Amino acid sequence: MTPLEARARRWGGAFGRTGLLMFFVSFLAFPFYWMLITTFKTTQDLHDITNNPYLFNDPPTLHHLVVLFEDTQYLQWLANTGLVGLAVVAITLLLALPAGYALARMTGAWAQTLGVAIFLTYLVPPTILFVPFSRIIAALGLQDSLWSLVLVYPSFTVPFCSWLLMGFFKAIPRDLEEAAMVDGLSRLGAFLKVVMPISLAGVLTAVIFTFTLVTQEFVYGVTFITSSASYTVSVGVPTFLVRGDVYFWGSMMGACLIASVPIAIVYNLFVDRFVAGFTVGAGK
Amino acid sequence: MLRPAPKDKSAARGGFFARMADDERWLWRFMLAPAVLYIVALVGVPFILSLYYSLSNVTVASRETQFVGLENFSRILDSPTFWRALRNTLIFTVLSQAVVLVLANALAIALSADFRGKWFVRFLILLPWVAPISLGSIGWLWIYDSIYSVINWTARAAGLLGPAEWPIWLGQPNLAMTSIIIVQVWRMLPLATVIILAGLSSIPQDIHDAAAVDGAGFWRHLIQITFPLVMPIMLVALLFGVVFTFTDMIVVFVLTRGGPYDTTQVLATWAYFTGIQGGDLAGGAAISLFLFPVLVAGAVLILRLARRAEIAA
Repeated sequence: MTPLEARARRWGGAFGRTGLLMFFVSFLAFPFYWMLITTFKTTQDLHDITNNPYLFNDPPTLHHLVVLFEDTQYLQWLANTGLVGLAVVAITLLLALPAGYALARMTGAWAQTLGVAIFLTYLVPPTILFVPFSRIIAALGLQDSLWSLVLVYPSFTVPFCSWLLMGFFKAIPRDLEEAAMVDGLSRLGAFLKVVMPISLAGVLTAVIFTFTLVTQEFVYGVTFITSSASYTVSVGVPTFLVRGDVYFWGSMMGACLIASVPIAIVYNLFVDRFVAGFTVGAGK
Repeated sequence: MLRPAPKDKSAARGGFFARMADDERWLWRFMLAPAVLYIVALVGVPFILSLYYSLSNVTVASRETQFVGLENFSRILDSPTFWRALRNTLIFTVLSQAVVLVLANALAIALSADFRGKWFVRFLILLPWVAPISLGSIGWLWIYDSIYSVINWTARAAGLLGPAEWPIWLGQPNLAMTSIIIVQVWRMLPLATVIILAGLSSIPQDIHDAAAVDGAGFWRHLIQITFPLVMPIMLVALLFGVVFTFTDMIVVFVLTRGGPYDTTQVLATWAYFTGIQGGDLAGGAAISLFLFPVLVAGAVLILRLARRAEIAA
């Protein structure tokens, strides 16, 4: 291969890759770009099929956002999401931190089996459990209450985070705790005073994942909650704003965009951890 | 269990703490118990309840329920909607995951090289997975709108659509299925891509170098070296995708609610409409149990893969 040929080949490869990436980016990111454009267009512009939909045929407007924040319960839904998220994060950490540590430090074959069993419960989808849950929630008097979500969401965040934290704790050398225990700390003391402070990255990852799993959950939300004041964002926008014959497209797109982007940015920082958690064992 | 027996309180308590001090097994049990109990109470108990419901005649209004044996299942198997929903679920899952597998490999290979602005490209590519899917689906609802669909506008502007043609993406049976498959591909592609990308980056560089020295071309390298090495992790991505897609209802629920005429009805949405909206808890529970075999098969295969990889390592 002459140097010229090699260069042509390299350029060809780079060119092909750029084309491929451009295709995928436009497919995957287009709906979000479309939300952005739609949010700031006038209703008249949106409803004129002779207009080029890619352009602002009227000047951009903030009208849809004003409607969203003043005439709908969007802010309430955001607040609900935050509240449920925080409560579920607290419950998840309380349960998953000790469980993850125990799974990481226990010896014996059944410890591993138990770890895998806990992780597998994460795979059990809401669509298998929502029917009995609807009755349980009604029996507990939690219908239409955010507490129903606070109670049920840990059923998938605890398994996932126990598994995730187990991985983190396994990466911490046992010598550290054993040294502390020689110095007179109990195992529990070593966990709290030695292991926890250096595991903040793991705890933060668990917090982020719990929070994003909560914001993404839809099935239990739509099953337990029927009054619009108790919706979370991911349930409120699709069920409440679509009701009726009139679609407020501008406000809806704004609602989707505002809730999606911050979650996407934060989640994006931690997505590699998520993948690592998923592929433990199958990786190498 | 952890409380000492009341008979000889002090001795038992001393024994308990003594045991805990020199035998860490008690500490582990203590630390695991809350999580395990929570999971048993909120996954195990509802599941058993679901099995019981499916064998009873419970409805949302009933106070007393009777055991009816397999009546619900025979009722479901006699319903044409069940066979339609089962077929739709299979088509939806198999087609979307096949497309995801092909596209995710192409995208992962394109992303495995280093280039400027890679983090931003990666961010854009991950958006459909990291943003809440119910909200992303709403974006597609607008893209597929019967009057203002941007796809139709673009196709007409490009001369691909005649003056009398105006496809209603979510309103025509075959198109509706295609539309929801596209959205499911859109949603699952990012995760499969990053999983395969993780697999690609775990291949040691010397293997690539050795192949280059031996003069392997792009395709030969891909087929004989890269694919076999990435295969286990690719299967994990595929299995997760299949389990997620088979048991999920969000995309269908938001976009079509199973319509038009049940042509996009999947098992999960049908279970919802029967059990939750229709109040027929027994029927809904029985329908959702049909999701269970796929879940178990997926889990078993994932475990096998993980175990085999462990032995090989």
